[in-house]
Amino acid sequence: MSRIRSARMAKPSPACLHAQAHQPAAALPEQTLNELDRRLINTFQGGFPICERPFQVVADRLGIDEASLIARIDALLKAGVLTRFGPLFNADRMGGINVLAAMAVPTSDFEQVADFVNLQPEIAHNYRREHALNLWFVGAAESAQKVEDAFDYIESMTGLPVYRFPKEREFFIQLMLEA
Amino acid sequence: MDEIDRSLIAATQAGLPLTPQPYHAIAEQLGLTAEEVMARMQAMLESSVIRRIGVVPNHYALGYIANGMTVWDVADDKVDELGERIGQQPIVSHCYRRPRRLPHWPYNLFAMVHAKSREQAQADADQIAAVLGDACRKSDILYSSRMLKKTGLRLAE
Repeated sequence: MSRIRSARMAKPSPACLHAQAHQPAAALPEQTLNELDRRLINTFQGGFPICERPFQVVADRLGIDEASLIARIDALLKAGVLTRFGPLFNADRMGGINVLAAMAVPTSDFEQVADFVNLQPEIAHNYRREHALNLWFVGAAESAQKVEDAFDYIESMTGLPVYRFPKEREFFIQLMLEA
Repeated sequence: MDEIDRSLIAATQAGLPLTPQPYHAIAEQLGLTAEEVMARMQAMLESSVIRRIGVVPNHYALGYIANGMTVWDVADDKVDELGERIGQQPIVSHCYRRPRRLPHWPYNLFAMVHAKSREQAQADADQIAAVLGDACRKSDILYSSRMLKKTGLRLAE
């Protein structure tokens, strides 16, 4: 069961090896990731260096030039293959906090409530899930009070309860998805 | 963490600049030296304020379309020991103990699995169930049918 954390390279199909320079920005399905994209994703979900020319260091390791690497990251961001590039902060260690919460939203109101929740700047993630509790989101802010205020506001504006699931303990692991 | 660290977080939480010298670009923006930016980023990495620096892939775009939040009602006196073991399973990306919300929600252990099919996600859940054994009374998998929002933590600027 290595697919999440192993850095093993996926075998590229021959058709994917070359024709990658100019992908349309709208969608970049999995099959169109080239061998370089896969190596980039599998190798640099962490460990991007802190130094004068970090892209140059990574480019050297991938066997490409710096400008191509920067252009490729930019293209993958625009295509939505990457949601972000940069530091991933640990809210707990910043004196901040993040809290998972869920709501049971009537189907007829779902879009409206989901959009409203998304508008709150304290809401970092929001997923629709298949369950009576069908809207699951994370409130993240510098203080527990700010998160709690955001949840209270959502409750008052929607008239629906927000069930809080603060983490009581984290069992540590490192997410690494294999491309 | 001081004000300078906070300004660094605010400046980088949406991403690093895509220029050959990203730390210099941040330094210029904040009126710091590049050396200070790099030293502080390194210190935040070492103290785990920064978990890691790199690319954050979109699960769906990589074909991980079955994103299951597996949830388990595990005996209170066993949940910490078993949670540690579940966290060590390579199929699990996040694992937390959380409060139950009775009577609606009996589950106290949450483990995320990311798979390319629901069959595979179910097989992952079966593997977790095997570790939990009799200590688990009830379980469920909540699949995400849509990602509605995903941003990093936002600090007020």
